[in-house]
Order: sequence, then structure tokens, then C-alpha cells
Amino acid sequence: MAAEELKTGPLEYRTQEGQMGIMGFWIFLGAEVVLFATLFATYAVLFGRTADAPLPSELFEPGIVLIMTFLLLTSSFTCGLAIHEMRRGSVKGLIFWMAITLALGLGFLGFEIYEFVHYAHEGATLQSSAFWSAFFVLAGTHGLHVTLGIGWAILLLIQIKQRGLTNVTSRKFFIISLYWHFLDVIWIFIFTSVYLIGMVI
Amino acid sequence: MHITDILVTGEPIIYGAMVSMALGGLAILFVLTYFKKWGWLWREWLTSVDHKKIGVMYILSALLMLFRGGVDAMMMRVQLAFPDLGFLNSQHYNEIFTTHGTIMIIFMAMPFLIGLMNIIVPLQIGARDFAFPYLNALSFWSFFFGMALFNISFVIGGSPDAGWTSYTPLSGAAMSPGPGQNFYLMGLQLSGIGTLATGINLMVTILKMRAPGMKLFHMPIFTWSTLVTCFIIVFAFPILTVALALLTIDRIFGSQFFTLTGEGLPMMWANLFWMWGHPEVYIVILPAFGIFSEVISTFAKKRLFGYNVMVWSMIVIALLSFLVWVHHFFTMGAGAFVNSVFSVSTMLIAVPTGVKIFNWLATLYKSKIEFTVPMLWSLAFIPSFILGGVTGVMLGMAAADYQFHNSYFLIAHFHYVLIAGTVFACFAGLVFWYPKMFGHKMNERLGRWAFWLFFFGFHVCFFPQYFLGLDGMPRRLFITNVAEWLPLNVISTVGAAGMALGFVVFVYNVYYSFRYSERETTGDSWNGNGRTLEWATTTPVPYYNFATVPYVDEIDPYVRMKEEGKTTFEEDKVKPIHMPSYTGQPFIFMALLGLASFGLIFEWMYLAVFGLIGGVVMMIRRSFDYDDGYYVSVEEIKETEKKARGL
Ligand code: HEM
Ligand SMILES: [Cu+2]
Repeated sequence: MAAEELKTGPLEYRTQEGQMGIMGFWIFLGAEVVLFATLFATYAVLFGRTADAPLPSELFEPGIVLIMTFLLLTSSFTCGLAIHEMRRGSVKGLIFWMAITLALGLGFLGFEIYEFVHYAHEGATLQSSAFWSAFFVLAGTHGLHVTLGIGWAILLLIQIKQRGLTNVTSRKFFIISLYWHFLDVIWIFIFTSVYLIGMVI
Repeated sequence: MHITDILVTGEPIIYGAMVSMALGGLAILFVLTYFKKWGWLWREWLTSVDHKKIGVMYILSALLMLFRGGVDAMMMRVQLAFPDLGFLNSQHYNEIFTTHGTIMIIFMAMPFLIGLMNIIVPLQIGARDFAFPYLNALSFWSFFFGMALFNISFVIGGSPDAGWTSYTPLSGAAMSPGPGQNFYLMGLQLSGIGTLATGINLMVTILKMRAPGMKLFHMPIFTWSTLVTCFIIVFAFPILTVALALLTIDRIFGSQFFTLTGEGLPMMWANLFWMWGHPEVYIVILPAFGIFSEVISTFAKKRLFGYNVMVWSMIVIALLSFLVWVHHFFTMGAGAFVNSVFSVSTMLIAVPTGVKIFNWLATLYKSKIEFTVPMLWSLAFIPSFILGGVTGVMLGMAAADYQFHNSYFLIAHFHYVLIAGTVFACFAGLVFWYPKMFGHKMNERLGRWAFWLFFFGFHVCFFPQYFLGLDGMPRRLFITNVAEWLPLNVISTVGAAGMALGFVVFVYNVYYSFRYSERETTGDSWNGNGRTLEWATTTPVPYYNFATVPYVDEIDPYVRMKEEGKTTFEEDKVKPIHMPSYTGQPFIFMALLGLASFGLIFEWMYLAVFGLIGGVVMMIRRSFDYDDGYYVSVEEIKETEKKARGL
């Protein structure tokens, strides 16, 4: 297995282990798509079931959500730059752009937490109605994913400091970049089908 | 909280179970200590990442669960045959049919099949282990601790009692307070993580680690069935994960998904549950089809008839399995149009299934059948399964289903498919591959006894239940002293006793064969009838599986290898083999998550948080773990192979 190593191509694809890890992660992302699809479907079914709690159109406002969207989309771009630097063999560039990605991700999380607290103050919590349960669990699951991604990326940054670019470390970074872009895509769906639609209906 | 608040008290049967569990536990502790086996247990098994050993552990657990679920079943049958005896009260009966159903599906059928896949699939494709051996161990331990959690519920905290389908609002916090239902949710959640990981793991293994030259359409049919099953697992299990999580959040954190307050929608649970649940049914039947195909073609001594059609029919079944879930609740009132659509899609599944039946028959046609025990199970499967399938189509007719639903007709249907399909296949597969796992066959005479007892017992037990259903006997009912129902119920219980006896003989056979069976000398155990690569390895299989991996460019490659005198040991081609190192991490990791789940079940949040933090620490450790395994030297391989092959 580990014995054969290609001499050309991106580092992360040179060993069979690297290729298998990446393929496994793609399949895992397939499962994640189903997971989020189920949450979206639940949200759609429970839409409008607000009981005595405020309506989404009363609480959702474009301002902060737009900033969050901007932060996360930009972080996806910088994450792409990080992988670009990695492919060029530049550890420094990789660390630089990855750190920016994480800072943007943290900013996103901060706004999301602020947003949730704000809704809670207005009387919309996990417990207040079926609709708000669905909202908090859908957006919260995404937020939890972002949190895990940040923690994971920090571990990888420590490892790249220790070991430099190898087949293994580059595979790990490549995989977390897939994960990060995936979260971005999910957010676009949350932004449009939850916030934008929630604002107008 | 006082200890008596946690332990279940006041039930003589449960006291009995507690005492026997305590005694059994003590006996195991004593034996391990007395024979100084603790180190052996840890080094050889608990830390193992070898797919063959993990497979054996899966199968042992599954047999244990077949016993536990079987005891539940026998208790139900006794109650139903002697309703005036007062053997079980209604609460206890509810708990037992819930644990019986859940255990049989989640902790018996799936792990049994996954265990067989673990052992056989890498051998069939010429691989040396799984793509991710560490993850494979993690999967096993997540299943194991999920199973342990679910099983202790009846002595600690109380069993779930809302049916294996756990319908809301009954299973919600308002109507089922207490830890019982939480045991169901967390037990399934924990083991579900492992199942999903296994699905991904096997998929990558099959797609990436096949022998050189082996195309997808050269793969043995059991491997194909595994690949298709993994596809279903990857796309169905996340739905269960979400459903369980939402209900857990409802129960523990007060959200309103399935509640009657806050505009929740209890019916959404039924939808989510069966969107996973129906594909799940195919997760446990497709590998069974794969096993029967292997056994039938081996003992008919022919290539499987219509190999390509067999593969495509499995793929079609897998796709259709996602489009029929509403047939489990036609009576919920979705309306005539929706019911018609799902009625038609349900009946469509019968087409590819029928195609498979005819292919098996065509394989058997004009062949010289060898009536070994695995072949007996496979031959018995065909007509028995047809009975289950035909009644399934009857149930699929929405209008008629208003009559059949939740009656014993339904019970008979799914036992005909699950037992005659999945359970027969587990027995067939275990007996068939037994020599590969343990180096000796199971005794044929005892095997026949087990088979005939189980086979007749099965039909005597479940055939009458079709008529009980037509006579109006509902399921999940503990008082049945209606005069017209009694005779058939008694007959059914007699049949159940026959099955129980068959199981006992089967287990005794394990012991008997261990003592007395001849040890295998060749790898090709069934009179040289092996057709696929697993039979090309020596017995017992060396831990690296293949000294040299043969080039494969056809179906059933081992047939030609034998003709040409080729083996999996070409001395001049042996190279060092890379193998993963054993590790205790998966065990500890999942034990910690088990602890966290236990905390959540009782809503002891400190314990839950502690376990979760432990789990995160284990994940961090794993991230920094750069252990790259080790190499087996050429000398060692040559020596092992020469000894095993008597060269
Ligand atoms: C040892 C032989 C078995 C016997 C005698 C038996 C008996 C029964 C009985 C009497 C019930 C109905 C209880 C009621 O609703 O009142 C039942 C339900 C069920 N059985 Fe079995 N069973 C056996 C094996 C199996 C196996 C091997 C499986 C699965 C692979 C299985 C899966 C189920 C399921 C899913 C239910 C439904 C549970 C529920 O509705 O909550 N059974 N069984
Ligand atoms: Cu179904």
C-alpha cells in the first residue's frame, strides 16, 4: 500500500492511502448532503408553524445575515488560495491564507451567536414552536460544523508546523478544504431558502 | 438519586435475568482471570484492526443478540398461547416486543451481515485489509457500545416500550417520560455512526483495493451486494441520524418537532423513520441475496446464471427502495393519489426481485446439486421467501392494506422475509465460510438437524399467523383469549419452540465441531468447489491474507487458477507487505462516547459533557497519530506460506 508512491501530480494524490482518504471523504460528504437535505425538508414541512412565537418575517433582517454570508464566502475563497499555495509547495502561504480563513470563520460564528441570542430575546427559542425548533437545529447544525472545522484546522496548522508538507499533511489540508467549501454551499442554501424566503413570506 | 430509582424492581422475571446476568458476568471475569487471559483479550481482540477478527467479533455479538431477541420472542409466544396464565403484564409485553424488534433488526441482522462482509469481502477482491482499518475498529466498537447500552435498559432505568418504530407522540417526552425511550434513541444513534462509517469504508475498499485486473463486473456477487448495500447505507443512515437527533432534542431539550404542542407534527416522525426504515429492510436483504447466490453457484457447480442481470436487479432494487416508504402508513390518510403512487412503486420492486428468483432457479436447472448444509438453507430460502414476497405485494395494494395493516398478516409477512431471507442467509453464510474463519467445518449431521428443526419450526410458527391476521388479530396485543384465535396461536408457539430448539442445536454444533471436526488442510474447503478468491488463500488465513495477489480478468477467477495450477503464493514475486498496527484507541474512544450517551439517557449532563470531552480528546489524539503501520518481511511470508501449504 504505502510502498508505491507516484513521483508526479499533487502530493496528496501520490499514495494510494491519500487517494482512498480523499475518496472516502467525498462519500462522507454525500452522506452529509443527505443529512442536511433531511434538515431542510424538516424545516420546509414545519414552515409557518410558529404557534405563539414571532414570525420569521418579524425577526429576519438582511443586515447581519448579509455580513455573515460575505464572511463565509470570502473564507471559502481564501481557503482556495491556501490550497493553491500548498500546491506550489509554500508552507508559509498555506498557513497565512488558512489563518485568514479561520479568522473569517470565527467572525461568521460570532455573528451567528449574536443573531441567535437576539432571536431568543425576541421570544423565538428552540422550545417556542415547531418552526423555531427546525430553524435553530438547521442553522445550528451548520454552525456546529463550522466550529468543528475551525478546531480541526487549528490541529492541522500545528501539524504542518511540526512536519512540513508531506503526502499526509497535504492530504489532510486538501480534505479540510473540501469540507470548508461544502459548508459554504450549505450556507448558500440556508441564506436563500431560510433567510431570504423567511423575510418575504 | 438512590440506587433503587435506577434499577428496575418488582418483576420476578427481571430479577431472574439480573441474577443470571450477574452470574454470567462473574463467570466470565473468573475464567479470564483464572486462565490469565486478560492480556490476550486486550492484545489479540480489543485492540485488533484485522478485518477477520473484527468480523468474528461482529458475528459473536450477533449470535448473542439472536439469543436475547429469541428469548423475548419466546416470552411473547408463551403469553399469546396461554393468555390466561398472566405470564406477562401489558407493560412488560410492550417492552418486550419493542426490544425484540429493535434488537433483531439493528443488533442482530445488520451486525451479522456486516460481520460476514468484514471477513469475506477483502478476501474476495484480493485485498489485505479494509481501506481504513482504524475506522473499521471504531465502527465495531460503536456498534458494540450501542448494543450494550440498549441491552442494559431492562435492568437499569427500564426498557423502551413504544415499539421498534418508536412512533410519536407516544414516544415523546409527554407520553413516555423517563429514560426508557432515551435508551432507544442513544443506543441506535451510537451504533448508527458505526454503520455509516462501515458503509463508507467498504465502499472505498471495494472501489479502490481490488486485485489487479479485476473490473467491477468481475467481482464476486457477494461483493457486489455489499457495494450496493453500502450505497443504501450512505444515503439512508443520515436520515435516521437526523430523526433520532430531533426526537432526542424534543425529549431532552424541549423542542417541538413531534409534539402535540407548539404546532409540532407527530406524523413527520413516521415519514422520517420509514424513509430510513424501508431502505434499511433492503440493507438486510441484499447481502442475503449475495450469500445465497454464492452458495447456490458453488454447490450447483456452475457459474451464476445471468450474472449481469443479477447485478443490475440489485441496483434497481436499491434505487426503488428509496421511493416506497409511505406503504408503511397508507392508513395515515395521505389521500388516494399519494397512496396510489406509492402502491405502484411498491409493487414495482417485485419485478427485479422476481428476476433474481428466476436466475437462481436457472442456475440450479440441470445442475448436479450437492446438498450440503449451506445449500439446504439456500434451497429452503427460495420457496419460503416467495411466500413472504407475494404477501408483501398484497400488503402493497393500498386499499387492501387498510384491512391487513397492523394485523398478524403483517407480522407473518415480515417474518417470512426477514427470517427466510436474512436469518437463513446468515446461517448459510456462516456455515459456508466457517472453515475460512476457524479452520474446521461445522458438523454436517448436527447442521442438518438444526436446519430441519428451524425450517419446520419457522413455517409452523409463522404460516398460521397469516390466517390469524385475516381473522382480525391485531399485532402488539397481549390479551388474546378470543376463542377463534387460540388454536392457531398454540400451533404458532409450538413452531417457535421448534426454532428455539434448532438454534440450540446450531450453537451446540459450534462447540461440537470445535472439539471433534477434522481440521482443514487446504484452503478450498468444499471439495475443491470454490470459485472465488477467498478459497485461494490458505486455511487459517494468514493475517496479511495474500502473499501475492493474483491477476484477475474474469468472473470466478479461482476456477481457472486451479486448472492452471496457480496459487496466491508465487515465491519469486513476494514483496514486503504493509500492515496497519493494532491500537486500543477505537475501544477507548467509543467507550467514552458510550458513557456520554449513558449520561444523556439519564439527563445527567455532567456525565454527558465529560464523556463528550473525552471523545474530543480521543479525536485530537488520533489527528496527531502518525503511526504508519509496519512491514511484514519476505522471509516471514515465505515461511508462513510454506508451512501452511506443506511445501
Ligand atoms: C425466533 C423466532 C421469532 C419469533 C418466534 C418471533 C415472534 C414475534 C412476535 C410474536 C412478534 C409480535 C409481537 C406483537 O406485536 O404482539 C414479533 C414482532 C417482530 N419481530 Fe419477531 N420473532 C422471531 C424472529 C425475528 C427475527 C429473526 C426478526 C428480524 C430479523 C424479527 C423481527 C421482528 C420485528 C421487527 C417485529 C415487530 C416488533 C414491533 O412491532 O415492535 N423477529 N416477533
Ligand atoms: Cu417497506
